[in-house]
Amino acid sequence: MGDIVAELHNIYKVFPGVTALKNMSLQLRAGEIHGLVGENGAGKSTLIKVLTGVHKPDGGTISVGGRETVFASPLAAKHQGIACVYQELNIVKDMSVADNLFLGNFTKKQNSRLLDYASMNARTREVMLSMNQDIDPTVKCGLLGMGQQQMVEIGKAVLQNARVLILDEPTSSLGERETSELFAILRALRDKGLAILYVSHRLEELFELCDVVTVMRDAKHIITGPMTSMTKDDLITHMVGRSLTNLFPKQETTPGAVALDVRNLSSRGRFKNISFTARRGEILGFAGLVGAGRTELFRAIFGADPVDRGEIFVNGQKVAVRMPKDAIGHGVALLTEDRKAQGLVLAQSVERNISMATLKSNSSRGFLNVRSMEQKSNDLVRRLNIKTPSIHSTVSQLSGGNQQKVVIGKWTNAEMEIYIFDEPTRGIDVGAKIEVYTVMNRLIAEGKCVIMISSELPELLGMCDRVIVMRRGRITATMDRSDPTFNQEDIMKAAWGGIK
Amino acid sequence: MKRNKKSMPAWFGPLIALAILVIILAVVTNRFIYHDNIMNVLRQSSINALVALGMLFVLLTGGIDLSVGSVVALSACVMAVVMKAFGIQSAVVLIPIGLACGLAVGLVNGLLFTKAKLPHPFVSTLGMMMIIRGVCLIITGARPITGFDGSVLWLGRANLVFPACFILVIIMCLLYSVLLNRTTLGRQIYAVGGNREAARLSGIDVDRTVCFVYIVSGFMAALAGIVLLGRISTAYALSGDKYEMDAIAACVIGGASFNGGVGSVLGTLIGALMIGVLRNGLNLLGAKSDVTQVVIGAVIILAVYIDVMRGRAAYNLERNEQAKAMEAEEKQQAL
Repeated sequence: MGDIVAELHNIYKVFPGVTALKNMSLQLRAGEIHGLVGENGAGKSTLIKVLTGVHKPDGGTISVGGRETVFASPLAAKHQGIACVYQELNIVKDMSVADNLFLGNFTKKQNSRLLDYASMNARTREVMLSMNQDIDPTVKCGLLGMGQQQMVEIGKAVLQNARVLILDEPTSSLGERETSELFAILRALRDKGLAILYVSHRLEELFELCDVVTVMRDAKHIITGPMTSMTKDDLITHMVGRSLTNLFPKQETTPGAVALDVRNLSSRGRFKNISFTARRGEILGFAGLVGAGRTELFRAIFGADPVDRGEIFVNGQKVAVRMPKDAIGHGVALLTEDRKAQGLVLAQSVERNISMATLKSNSSRGFLNVRSMEQKSNDLVRRLNIKTPSIHSTVSQLSGGNQQKVVIGKWTNAEMEIYIFDEPTRGIDVGAKIEVYTVMNRLIAEGKCVIMISSELPELLGMCDRVIVMRRGRITATMDRSDPTFNQEDIMKAAWGGIK
Repeated sequence: MKRNKKSMPAWFGPLIALAILVIILAVVTNRFIYHDNIMNVLRQSSINALVALGMLFVLLTGGIDLSVGSVVALSACVMAVVMKAFGIQSAVVLIPIGLACGLAVGLVNGLLFTKAKLPHPFVSTLGMMMIIRGVCLIITGARPITGFDGSVLWLGRANLVFPACFILVIIMCLLYSVLLNRTTLGRQIYAVGGNREAARLSGIDVDRTVCFVYIVSGFMAALAGIVLLGRISTAYALSGDKYEMDAIAACVIGGASFNGGVGSVLGTLIGALMIGVLRNGLNLLGAKSDVTQVVIGAVIILAVYIDVMRGRAAYNLERNEQAKAMEAEEKQQAL
């Protein structure tokens, strides 16, 4: 075991009226990848912020390199060798890779105020190559993929000779290949003696990557132990405080009539010749790598993006969808993958968000029936178990899982026929995930049609009656729940095109 | 509607500030509180209030309309040209023509943004501001035009206990209050301003909503132009200069946000009155127009600064309440 590089001891952090960290201790060792899990609101974010100097603890001590210290500012933490890659990357997209790496600490020419780009570019190249990234230092970061942008962020940490690297949900926007590449680099950095704190909701990843894991719940430390000593069930039990017998509450239903029939749909550069049907009373899954065209396909079906060719039939009738409004008119709902940017008006209330898709049906001659809207919102908050002080609270205050439930509330309120869930459980905790699955169950029990796009295979296998696999804009396989190919390996093969 | 009892509406601060200002002026200068002077202030504020109400709609969607000052001149100039060319004196004909000018410009502004996909309405309305001003100069030959019938000028000069134009402002305020808070369209405007993409994906016709707000803005500017015509009896191509700035100032003082989604009718009215009272008060105190500019500029910055601070305070308050609720829940679970 390596030396302890950073240590939190009995940390308390109290926000007005709420204790965000209670007696929290954590030891990060050199050459070790330390996983951190917990439900949303368990205090992980606060812990990261204490460790990076964003929040000052109200009690307890922080030690770096064996010496007790106080971080006066995030910059102070950085100087002590603590680097953090946040879920939302801190990349200036219009600046070059070298600019981003040296941001705030530009190299200047000797005895001059002019920037020394030659040496900055050379050093950037060196740093990126040390992580197996063959990236031109002068290229703008906005032109890089998400995976490479993240590498640039990690490159910053390498450049500043960080001793501790914190990663908060680093794989949430990465595909499988980018994820495995990231893991390879993290392992290499670990072997060079870096202490890594890895925060993720994806338990499989922790087992694949981490050496040690810590579980948090209700602002407290629950358990720390070697990864190998834990099972997935253990982790979940510790996280939720009770054992969950079944992560995927799949219910058997008999599929009914075809609700959505898509024929030869094409959109240049996005997807080609897509044909499939989705029935009432079934959950149809869409698997594939990030960029396989699944989101693009369903945005097009929903009328959010244009299509070039093809036909869409809803309940056997051919429909023309030019904008989302048309699709909604035919009973199609799209719950987008990026709920903050596309699903919610964050600065507005729960009620306003829930009512957003049903303004027409809640009004007569253009005048709103506010009372009925409020009543419906209250019902939904109760039924979906949305944790919010009131329906008038702004959505931005809610946790990710509750925000997702507001989006679900918006569409179930609209009483749609076909529900398209795009990455519905991304970034939400286990308890909320199960609640989302339960909603899907209820919808198909009511004879609705549910389509789920997901990058988490266990979830597709656990919940879907049928899975369609896409690769590079085309459908490569369809698997029924009863098929022998309805397994992780065969789906992966179809997604990767059999290369694997 | 049941509201969070502790949270104060955004217009409350500006209202208090306005009240304090009025009290100070009443004490400092004995001429302020006179009936004639108060009526004068209301009359002066009315034009700005009308333009600002239109501007509010645009700001709510996260846009801006710089062309309104020019539209104020356009409506009067077109009316004057029609009057001279065809010898028409009737208000029933001329006023609708003036208003139609505003609607047309608003529609063009809306289409430039939504259909021609110009990047930001700042650009399109800046262009329109110049084009319309030029058009006004061309069609009037840069000469002031007089000779309007009393019925055309009525709105700007009549007095029905209160100035008619101020009564018009109040009516428009009530109308727009209902529109913004109680109708589908109002919610759509706030939703588009809060998150365009989320609004679109919720089935809101964003383009139509955006066009609507520019049409309202153009219409209100034209209406203000007709009121102004009544006050000065003259159609002049250079009138209404920089009115867009006063309108934006009134909205901002009243708590509207440049990011869209935030702002209220009442706040905007208070903002317009604030500017009117300040101008009048400083004038009574013998301040020159240069000093007035400095003061109003400072008030705008101060108002926004207070709003920012208020936002932070409200955020903390809400967090406290949330924390209390969570704690209570915890205790309940513990039991």
